Amino acid sequence: MSITQAPAATPHPEEIIDLTHPTDKYLRTDMLPHIWCPGCGLGIVLTAYLKALDDAGIPENNRAVVSGIGCTGRASSYLKMDAYHTTHGRAIAFATGLKLSNPDLSVTVLSGDGDLFAIGGNHFIHAARRNMDLKVICVNNFNYGMTGGQGGPTTPHEAKTSTTPYGCAEYPFNLCALAASCGAVYVARWTALDTRRLRSSIAEALKKKGFSFIEVIAPCPTSYGRPNQIGSGVDEMRFYRGHWHLAEENIFLEDAEAPHKVDIGLRTDITVGKFLDVEKPTFLESYNDVVMKKVKGK
Amino acid sequence: MSRPAVLTGTHFMDGDTAAVEGALAAGCRFFAGYPITPATEIAERMAERLPEIGGKYIQMEDEIASMAAILGASCGGAKSMTATSGPGFSLMMENIGLGAMMEVPCVVVDVQRGGPSTGLPTLVGQQDMMQARWGSHGDYTIVAYTPSSPQEMFDVVIRAFNTAEKYRVPVLIMTDEGVGHMTEKVVIPTGDKIPVFNRKEPTCPPVEYYPYRADKDLVPPMGIAGKGYKVRMTGLTHDERGRPATNAKAQDVLVKRLRDKIMNNVSEICEVEERWTEDADVIVVSYGVTSRCVLRSVERARKEGIKAGHLRLITVWPFPEERVKQLSLRVKGFVVPEINLGQMVREVERVSKVPVISVSNAGGMLPDEETTYHAIRKLSATQGG
Repeated sequence: MSITQAPAATPHPEEIIDLTHPTDKYLRTDMLPHIWCPGCGLGIVLTAYLKALDDAGIPENNRAVVSGIGCTGRASSYLKMDAYHTTHGRAIAFATGLKLSNPDLSVTVLSGDGDLFAIGGNHFIHAARRNMDLKVICVNNFNYGMTGGQGGPTTPHEAKTSTTPYGCAEYPFNLCALAASCGAVYVARWTALDTRRLRSSIAEALKKKGFSFIEVIAPCPTSYGRPNQIGSGVDEMRFYRGHWHLAEENIFLEDAEAPHKVDIGLRTDITVGKFLDVEKPTFLESYNDVVMKKVKGK
Repeated sequence: MSRPAVLTGTHFMDGDTAAVEGALAAGCRFFAGYPITPATEIAERMAERLPEIGGKYIQMEDEIASMAAILGASCGGAKSMTATSGPGFSLMMENIGLGAMMEVPCVVVDVQRGGPSTGLPTLVGQQDMMQARWGSHGDYTIVAYTPSSPQEMFDVVIRAFNTAEKYRVPVLIMTDEGVGHMTEKVVIPTGDKIPVFNRKEPTCPPVEYYPYRADKDLVPPMGIAGKGYKVRMTGLTHDERGRPATNAKAQDVLVKRLRDKIMNNVSEICEVEERWTEDADVIVVSYGVTSRCVLRSVERARKEGIKAGHLRLITVWPFPEERVKQLSLRVKGFVVPEINLGQMVREVERVSKVPVISVSNAGGMLPDEETTYHAIRKLSATQGG
């Protein structure tokens, strides 16, 4: 066997290419590798969020993230910003206090569908009703991934999970319709395939005042793809591509039936888009207007 | 005219109102709550008073959210409080545990009524005393005060905030419907006479900051959101950097520190008030509204020549066990009247070397004066001491 040594003059690849990822500066790299499975959509969401923070021009020291429990809940521990990993379902309530104590903060709640809409459903609907100035990004993988793939409030009818072995007998929440009906001022849905749209949508929400909700449909090959014969993470992305349907902007305002048309079922089309974008005074604006003005006038 | 934060002067107010004024005087600027009898007056007063001094009040959707919101507000730099009664206190347990684990200073007022469940919404109880100590899951250590008058409510709430800030721990005010709805004279001093302690914050450059690296006092300086420290907090077992570290070794270090930062300072934290204990043969141990009526039983015994004394707990948790132990070496016994079927009496029994009699009722009324008196007499007639 003859072994040829590369010429010493050739630079090592690391000397040519900057091996740091553009978002590394916002990550706690001491935490890597992360805990998420191969094929999971969470990395895409995290990257989109970090890039969107820059796009929106949110000052570094004003960035705060609050998460609950679950796979998405673990995201906060990887982010180099003020990051709070709270109790199951309570991220929005915690974030409400955080935002009110320091209104300069741009507070994003990053959590999963089970956390935000099963155990945390009450906090979601009330924060939306108050138009609390929070950005809520829900990574919806249709199941409880962290605990091994149980069914939850977003599991499609007849989908299989470890607790719905014969298929899910319940009907799922339509998260975007729920958010809009409760008073959110910005409602959008994307899939993990829509990396650019997701990034610009998050940036748009970050720049906007009020309760903004972005649902991201993300693959969970380990716990959802496998029992439902969708396949790997890439297969699930291929499924999105084949069943992807982009709605017109602000369709919730234009068409009263629209919220019902964006339901997600097992193997149905997935409608994405910015469904709603309206203006309304936030909780704090209203508090200042209704309460503080009168107190000062006393 | 908006009123100032410290409402200096002599007032006629109830315990619930005094709790609010004490909180504002201590620097509380955020309140999140949910209406519940007999604690509602606290929320109502906060809704009126906080805007006057630039603070924020929010009524949350439930007590779970209220507790979570005050933790969030504290992490954002505001001294924060919530108030509730039994059913709401049960709901708060989850995030009281989070507060203990993440080390978030805050104050929770429980105006106790009769339980279990919906129980006696408008009537007095002291049945959440053990829940205050053990209610959230896992081993954790908190501090709890039990004022026995509106004036003491004002004073103790200020100390509760100071303790919370100093040790980075949720502090409970385990009051009761009796004190909460009792109206008496409350004297509020000028602001300069009120000692206020603020949490220590990091002074090192942000890159050197580890959110859970404790100082010698076992308390880590608290980074506030928005100040550039990029604080990382989690309810998971974590290391000094705030990184999740779910292993037995990290658990041992963290949970023991959470205990020791309080238990190493019991002598500083614990407060009791004693009357006629120097020569006492029998000591009545009580707390909260109960202390006021049992005093009559003690006085009656004294008048009849029985050497009775009174030990009033102002801090119930940590339990002032050293003092009870000392006293037990020179008395014949203790009488413990409570508005429950015997909760704090277990603590007295645990440390006492002499007999202990529990005077209890199921809730809704004050302890019977006669029964307490007879318990004192019975113990005084025994040999020993």
